[in-house]
Amino acid sequence: MALPEVKQTATEARLANLVMPDAGCTRAAREDALARVLEMGLPGRRDEYWKYTRPDTLVSAEAPTAALFHSDEAMLFSEFDRLKIVFVDGVFSPEESDDLELEGVTIDRIEDICCKDIHWAKELYGVLEARGQTPVQRPLAALNTAFAADGIAIHVTGKPSKPISFIYRHASETSDAMLHHIIRVESGAEVTILENGPAASRFNKCMEIDIADEGVLHHVRAQGRDHERRAATHMFTRLGKESVYKSFTLTVNGVLTRNEQVIELTGDDAVAHVAGACVGDGDFHHDDTVFVTHDAVNCESRQVFKKVLRNGATGVFQGKILVKEGAQKTDGYQISQSLLLDDDSQFLAKPELEIYADDVACSHGSTSGAIDETALFYLRSRGVPTKDATNMLTLAFLAEAVDEIEDEALAEAIVSRLEGWLSRHS
Amino acid sequence: MAALDQTQVKEGVDQETVDAVREVGTYKYGWDTDIEMEYAPKGVNPDIVRLISEKNEEPEWMTEWRLAAFERWTQIEEPNWAMVNYPKIDFQDQYYYARPKSMEEKPKSLDEVDPKLLATYEKLGIPLKEQMILAGVEGAEDAPAEGRKVAVDAVFDSVSVGTTFQAELKKAGVIFCSISEAIREHPELVKKYLGSVVPVSDNFYATLNSAVFSDGSFVYIPPGVRCPMELSTYFRINAENTGQFERTLIIADKGSYVSYLEGCTAPQRDTAQLHAAVVEIIIEEDAEVKYSTVQNWFPGDENGKGGIYNFVTKRADCRGDRSKVMWTQVETGSAVTWKYPSCILRGEESQGEFYSIAITNNYQQADTGTKMVHLGKNTKSRIVSKGISAGKAQNTYRGLVSMHPKAKNSRNYTQCDSLLIGDKCGAHTVPYIEVKNNSSRVEHEATTSKVDDDQLFYCRQRGMDEEEAVALVVNGFCKDVLQALPMEFAMEAQQLVAISLEGSVG
Repeated sequence: MALPEVKQTATEARLANLVMPDAGCTRAAREDALARVLEMGLPGRRDEYWKYTRPDTLVSAEAPTAALFHSDEAMLFSEFDRLKIVFVDGVFSPEESDDLELEGVTIDRIEDICCKDIHWAKELYGVLEARGQTPVQRPLAALNTAFAADGIAIHVTGKPSKPISFIYRHASETSDAMLHHIIRVESGAEVTILENGPAASRFNKCMEIDIADEGVLHHVRAQGRDHERRAATHMFTRLGKESVYKSFTLTVNGVLTRNEQVIELTGDDAVAHVAGACVGDGDFHHDDTVFVTHDAVNCESRQVFKKVLRNGATGVFQGKILVKEGAQKTDGYQISQSLLLDDDSQFLAKPELEIYADDVACSHGSTSGAIDETALFYLRSRGVPTKDATNMLTLAFLAEAVDEIEDEALAEAIVSRLEGWLSRHS
Repeated sequence: MAALDQTQVKEGVDQETVDAVREVGTYKYGWDTDIEMEYAPKGVNPDIVRLISEKNEEPEWMTEWRLAAFERWTQIEEPNWAMVNYPKIDFQDQYYYARPKSMEEKPKSLDEVDPKLLATYEKLGIPLKEQMILAGVEGAEDAPAEGRKVAVDAVFDSVSVGTTFQAELKKAGVIFCSISEAIREHPELVKKYLGSVVPVSDNFYATLNSAVFSDGSFVYIPPGVRCPMELSTYFRINAENTGQFERTLIIADKGSYVSYLEGCTAPQRDTAQLHAAVVEIIIEEDAEVKYSTVQNWFPGDENGKGGIYNFVTKRADCRGDRSKVMWTQVETGSAVTWKYPSCILRGEESQGEFYSIAITNNYQQADTGTKMVHLGKNTKSRIVSKGISAGKAQNTYRGLVSMHPKAKNSRNYTQCDSLLIGDKCGAHTVPYIEVKNNSSRVEHEATTSKVDDDQLFYCRQRGMDEEEAVALVVNGFCKDVLQALPMEFAMEAQQLVAISLEGSVG
């Protein structure tokens, strides 16, 4: 079917500015992805899946500029013992990165996987992204598969002693970066992946994660404090039998963020938790879009998303639990809540369930409202100043999402960032 | 109902539920009336639109209104966002107007109506003679004569056959007649309100309806009047290959009250038939309207053959302060349902409520829900939706709750639960929630723990477990409405709400 003219024009304009990297063995996957982009067209304002978020600046031929943000605050996770992989405006920086050697994992740049003949990587690059295109299209992810200029392939075969930490530095006001990472967690292996930093003025990131039976992957991410940056990220995760995937994202500031999580539970007894806490002030638009597919028996999924919004900030949540026929004994839970600190902010949500199996327990909830006056009154009557009381209640509101981080030290680091934000913004 | 017999029912779903759903599977209204009909030529075009207008003896402005709608309809596309699948409808391969030959000369009173038509309604349990007792309503025989009066407007294919109790209603100042009569007799009211809630270009089916609606009901309740009896419209599709397009317009003026009931059935046929209705309700200051539907169109046979495609646009506009509307629907019929009775809460402190039970079986598909658009301050809405899916059916709740920036201190509570019986069916929830101010509270829940806490507490105190208590509270509410239905299947509908909520999922 031919694309509507507006979409066709926008897609062509964007593609005209892009050059497909000459990347040997990923070439075929990239060509396929480009074909998908041409067929789908890039997201447009009238697309149902972009009802609450305007994709214009994410798909425009040129990236809008974003001023650099300077802070004396040390970067998140800097006190942790970790293996650092640093990107500056979306380009791998060997000087700033650690040696990519760690017991239990093999780490390569995507461009190197061809010469090393790494089979698993060839079988993963673009594969989960392609699977994730139905039933809902995600053209920005296909665009990423086709044109990502850099990225890392991580093969986890054991239990590395420390987390692998991606650091995305933003150095140029006009940077427009695309990164594509792939991670394969072998049977029984376990790894923690950290990500932080704004990455670029406009950042399109795609991560494909394949977790084999009994594999475990923890993911904690923070998207940086730059006010003017824009980001569209996709995480495609496939889970095998008894495997575990737990992901948490902290978003503070950023004029536009769209984080998509596409999760497929394909082995029995698998567990997937995704959570997010976002705090926005003023010109801030944050969109969490989650799609969880249950395709095996006795799996558990949890989605916990909390948004604190003020001064005209907008929070969006689109979540879906799809339980396929035969995926009995599914335990699916989804909660999306917003705390609106003033009358100008808004929360837009579409929490969906699609269920084709009868022996399941799926529930979802979504609420929106102001700070609870009764609780506020209680704290004030105990002598807590209004500002502190509000911050206290706000942190308590966000706690359910932060609690999804298993590692206590990481959770504390996130909480201290939230406290910092609240003290600066109240 | 072979499908259900072979189904392994999961533990926790009680037999009463299964039996009640099975009962629904046998369609009792599948017979047809052998009556000579007069058809307009097949298909839809400006000539057909003019013909329908002419048959209804409409003034020029109405014909123009219809033609404008038709023009618009040719420019818009059929919506495809609902979770329903059906073969493409050939809009030119069906009749848009069919009326019994005997209705050519408008009967002056009910006594002159073709006995065959009267017999049809009698068989359906709809009394068109004012002295008749309503069939199927428990205890009706013992009730005082005043208490059991229900005025009925009976629509047979494209025309209204007759309206009962018109004289008595007139005494109270209430106008209750067919819409074709209202266009002739009360053009000022129709002109003022028609299309003011559901605009001509609202959506594909509403636009088609605006062009070709053939009849329907009209209600006007004057200021301060509490309608002395329940009003009801009964829709019957009889002719083959014929679409039914009816239009209902209800106006509740300041401080008035009316309870309106709607029922519908159709014969059992192999080919699917189209039904695209529009209902508009205008509610002024301090007025209240209750609108209840038992939708029992032919759902198709157990192999998914035939049935009615029910594409309906229903909307209430709470224009005045403290106005109130309540939609209650029991959806058991139709092969495909596409229906979202909505509330525009414009007046301050206005209230909208939506209570729905949708039951699908065999190959039925239902995509139904509501829209609560909060525009005024201190507005309140409540949504309680129960979807029950069996056989190979798909049941979707689709809804919107929107709090506009000016709708300060508003409140919404939504609860939608689904129950699946068997492992070949589906239940889906697609709520849209848009909150644009912070003094309003919106809660969307799928757990069964948040029905009225006081009532729950009372039941729990009497030793009921939570599931039982919730079922009792919700069913208790439904029963009030269902018992008032003047139709034989009120009994059947009552059985439906005996369905327990055990094993509910959100």
